[in-house]
Amino acid sequence: MSLVSSKTVLGIAAAASLAAAAQAATEISGAGATFPYPVYAKWADAYKKETGVGLNYQSIGSGGGIKQIKAKTVTFGASDKPLEPAELKESGLVQFPMIIGGVVPVINVRGIQGGQITLDGAAIASIYLGEITKWNDPRIKKLNPTAALPATAIAPVYRSDGSGTNFLFTDYLSKSSAKFKESIGANASVQWPVGIGAKGNEGVANMTTQTDGAIGYVEYAYAKQNSMAYAKLINRGGKAVVPSAETFQAAAANADWTHAPGYYLILTDQPGAASWPITGASFILVYSNPPNAGETAQALKFFDWAYRNGGKMAAELDYVPLPDGLIKQIRATWKADIKGIPAMAAN
Amino acid sequence: MNSAVIEADSQHAAGQRLRESIFRGATLVAALLVLTLLGGVMLSLLKGSWPAFSHFKLQFLTREIWNPVTDQFGALAAVYGTVITSLIAMLIAIPVSFGIAIFLTELAPPWLKRPVGVAIELLAAVPSIIFGIWGLFVLAPLLQRHVQPWLIDLLGPLPLIGKLFQGPPFGIGVLTASVVLAIMVLPFISAVMRDVFETVPDVLKESGYGLGATTWEVIWKVVVPYTRTGIVGGIMLGLGRALGETMAVTFVIGNAHRISPSLLGPGTTISASIANEFTEAVGDLYTSSLIALGALLFLITFSVIAGARLLLLRLDRRALSSV
Repeated sequence: MSLVSSKTVLGIAAAASLAAAAQAATEISGAGATFPYPVYAKWADAYKKETGVGLNYQSIGSGGGIKQIKAKTVTFGASDKPLEPAELKESGLVQFPMIIGGVVPVINVRGIQGGQITLDGAAIASIYLGEITKWNDPRIKKLNPTAALPATAIAPVYRSDGSGTNFLFTDYLSKSSAKFKESIGANASVQWPVGIGAKGNEGVANMTTQTDGAIGYVEYAYAKQNSMAYAKLINRGGKAVVPSAETFQAAAANADWTHAPGYYLILTDQPGAASWPITGASFILVYSNPPNAGETAQALKFFDWAYRNGGKMAAELDYVPLPDGLIKQIRATWKADIKGIPAMAAN
Repeated sequence: MNSAVIEADSQHAAGQRLRESIFRGATLVAALLVLTLLGGVMLSLLKGSWPAFSHFKLQFLTREIWNPVTDQFGALAAVYGTVITSLIAMLIAIPVSFGIAIFLTELAPPWLKRPVGVAIELLAAVPSIIFGIWGLFVLAPLLQRHVQPWLIDLLGPLPLIGKLFQGPPFGIGVLTASVVLAIMVLPFISAVMRDVFETVPDVLKESGYGLGATTWEVIWKVVVPYTRTGIVGGIMLGLGRALGETMAVTFVIGNAHRISPSLLGPGTTISASIANEFTEAVGDLYTSSLIALGALLFLITFSVIAGARLLLLRLDRRALSSV
């Protein structure tokens, strides 16, 4: 595409967007991931009080969000699983991360309190492959030489509904175990060879607390608010880490965003001594050449406001805001890649 | 003067005819609407499931695999789970419902009839999600701690049926789902049965008693034969609900796409799979396979209803020939 024509398009689109903005649609429409829904809702509430512009976000799942933005029925889509750069290009979408969260392994082993057991990706993968079946298996003992591990059978619990939590967890296990990658793989839902499937975070949490010897995985906020017994994990740096806002943010900060086209980066198993290995970002999708530039501009204004003011609200809900460097990079992406939107104030 | 009355009368009649034809048209439209809707559902199910059926062919029905990562799908586990949970549920619900209905119509003291009747109707009004949550938080732990260990110890070592009761007591699984389903369909079946039992003319029953028949004999030889059609109808209503029930089952079945020999193990049903996976299903083949599951459920329900009709026809014919 020639420079001149793209500039002209930009100019016309900008003028159109100003006109559209003047009409001021009072609602931004979006659809997608359920995982970030609580924080988007909280932001939207505060934003509406401040500006009068509301957000209509349907938390129908990442798959649904991708389908809806492709059908152009919403202004933005939200997905826990980033689209690959090739797919972004093909469908003319721009993608950027919005918020960070983590997945935490939770256990129910008699005599073991939260944080008293350490696991690594390979051990968890073996458990979910049905290769480790007892809590006193030598492979778990090796990671916990001092813990009094019982001979209880392990009951693996998994999320039965397709979800970003599943994707992050299976992606982490696939990175940790070649066998898991080969026989199961990473996806929002996979075919588990063993264990029992429970619906939603609440189902997994309930099954885990009810079943002696169970292991499960839930979103961090859920584990924390219900003070569930979690397991520490050994990260890529070889250190045992505790799930917390700091370790999630470390994973996001240590990730190499500058060399990730379309922000296609899955935050599991990132380098750094303090990084929590099952961290993930939730993404937003908008059109690079939006069918209605005014609406997209309004959505971006909301996201910009959230980056600026939303950190504390996110932390209250146990989500983790993006690191500052990354936010700067995202603003640059908006400016370069999305046509017909007014520039956001720098800083 | 007379002619004026006649004219007014004929005007009145014409108005009535018009109203009648409008009403007839409206009912016809309503009836056709059902057919159109059904046709539309069938068409869109066929269209949506076509990619899956044409890709996997018959293998879609014969394979247990359900792997979204490699895009390999087979419906066997879901179909098996749907059929087995519904069958066990009916096994539990039919005798209990029959007992309830007989008690209410023939045996209960009058002061107890109303409260029990109202309680059953209320049970039918409980939303299925409530049954699911109750099953997960109350029934499953109860079964896990007190019933399943006992079943495993008692029945597990037996030959043949032992296989059905082996494995760890998870609390949730095929058996728990069946129990929840049984509780859910119970009010429907017993309400229909009670209503049809009440249609039996007193004179028939009294003739039975007059001939010296016991209550037992009157129930089996007068009430049941007289209400056969209604009983089968009630059972089919319950079975239809059990086959399609989604939310409650999803919570307590364990959601595993495999056929486990034990009833205590996890399984899945067609509607539970769709509810679990449709929102996050990415890719044409995956979505299409889920719709194909829906088409299969449609087919199963349809055959159940058709089977019930055939059964009733045969029963009627036999009843006629015996007369």
